[in-house]
Amino acid sequence: MCLSVPARVLAVHDAQWATVDVGGTSKRIAIDLVEGVQAGDYVLLHVGFALQKIDEAEAESLLALFDEMVQAEDQALAASPVTPSPPGRGPG
Amino acid sequence: MKYVSEFRRGDVAKALAAEIARLATVPMNLMEVCGGHTHAIFKFGLPSLLPPTIDLIHGPGCPVCVTPRDKVDKAILLARRPDVMLTSYGDMLRVPGSASSLMLEKGRGADVRMVYSPLDALRLAEQHPHKRVIFFAIGFETTAPSAAMAVLKAQAQGLTNFAILSNHVLLPPMLKAILDSRDVKLDGFIGPGHVSTIIGTRPYRFVAERYGKPLVVAGFEPLDVLQAILMLARQLREGRSEVEIQYTRVVKPEGNPVALRALGEVFEPCHARWRGMGTVPTSGLRVREKYAAWDAEALYPDLEVTSEVADPKACECGDIVRGAKKPWDCRIIGTVCTPQTPVGACMVSPEGACAAYYKYGRLHVERQQPTPVG
Repeated sequence: MCLSVPARVLAVHDAQWATVDVGGTSKRIAIDLVEGVQAGDYVLLHVGFALQKIDEAEAESLLALFDEMVQAEDQALAASPVTPSPPGRGPG
Repeated sequence: MKYVSEFRRGDVAKALAAEIARLATVPMNLMEVCGGHTHAIFKFGLPSLLPPTIDLIHGPGCPVCVTPRDKVDKAILLARRPDVMLTSYGDMLRVPGSASSLMLEKGRGADVRMVYSPLDALRLAEQHPHKRVIFFAIGFETTAPSAAMAVLKAQAQGLTNFAILSNHVLLPPMLKAILDSRDVKLDGFIGPGHVSTIIGTRPYRFVAERYGKPLVVAGFEPLDVLQAILMLARQLREGRSEVEIQYTRVVKPEGNPVALRALGEVFEPCHARWRGMGTVPTSGLRVREKYAAWDAEALYPDLEVTSEVADPKACECGDIVRGAKKPWDCRIIGTVCTPQTPVGACMVSPEGACAAYYKYGRLHVERQQPTPVG
């Protein structure tokens, strides 16, 4: 039920309908629930309706944070003389 | 695929896991509310990345799993009528009612159709004017606005042979019921990403302010879930209890006002019974009287089903759905109850905890302490 996927808007037909690309397939979806949808936007698609636009700036900001974390972790591992044992319960 | 693959990077997962391990030095019981999160957690093997101090408890956020048997029975009674075409999301078709399922009824000749969207049901109503097309409306606030739009579109088109059988349920009242239940000990919540896209974060404030538990609204990619766990661990270490958003790329604090308006136009809250939790006040949605012409309950008021149909004694779905037990605590998982022969809804729904455990091979209790590598 929570299953929603990102979809790229290819064309907006009117206030109610748009065509999107979801994973390589194009699909006609309802956009009644999101205002101001434009071609090129990414939307969250759920049971045939766009629920929200995906905020690209927020996504980029999060990915940048992830990059920083990886760099910080790599530096910490390089600086430490002993390889730490991985966290977790082992084979799960 | 954009907005998917970037959120599945292994190197980032390791960095997040390392930071979580540094923070989670005391036990932390975190409930992931949403069935989609349960599924993501097991699909991406997240428990093996987490320190043993973190216990993930699976909550009742699977609308299929919490549908009581008598609701399924109602849908079945409607499906049996020769003038009815019963349309439903795929995952409801195999959920057992008290004696049958929609799939079994289809096999016996009932006109039951699987649809991906309420719009498909609407289209079927247009194409089959001599049948009453009833849509079995299941789901939380994520899905209810779409069902509301289907009713509004039917009204705008003057379509008189379309109706919905509303079994929508609301998430925040369920959270309160969990918090009030004494047998589930929780330190924080991984909040539902897509419900929150609609309702925003204001409805969760009571969790932090009145119950003192942090709640972080999370996305569904593995890095989203890990980062949400990190944010929860940080809050617990710092003694904070706040509602935060990890899934900022689609969740805004105000939610989606257009969707909320559509939902409020067509539906009103009502009491609802949840499998395993009994009646949760104001936790359901029913169609407003204004839209009675598209409400299957109003159109068919005399459907006789036995209310409070109990699950078979061996079925532990009730306790599992509340987080009081884990799937491996159930005596019949993997033996009598399998995806092919489900006894309870937790096994039928792809988002059910039991289906996830079965699929990803976790049928036995795992040791809490890691095995020393030697």
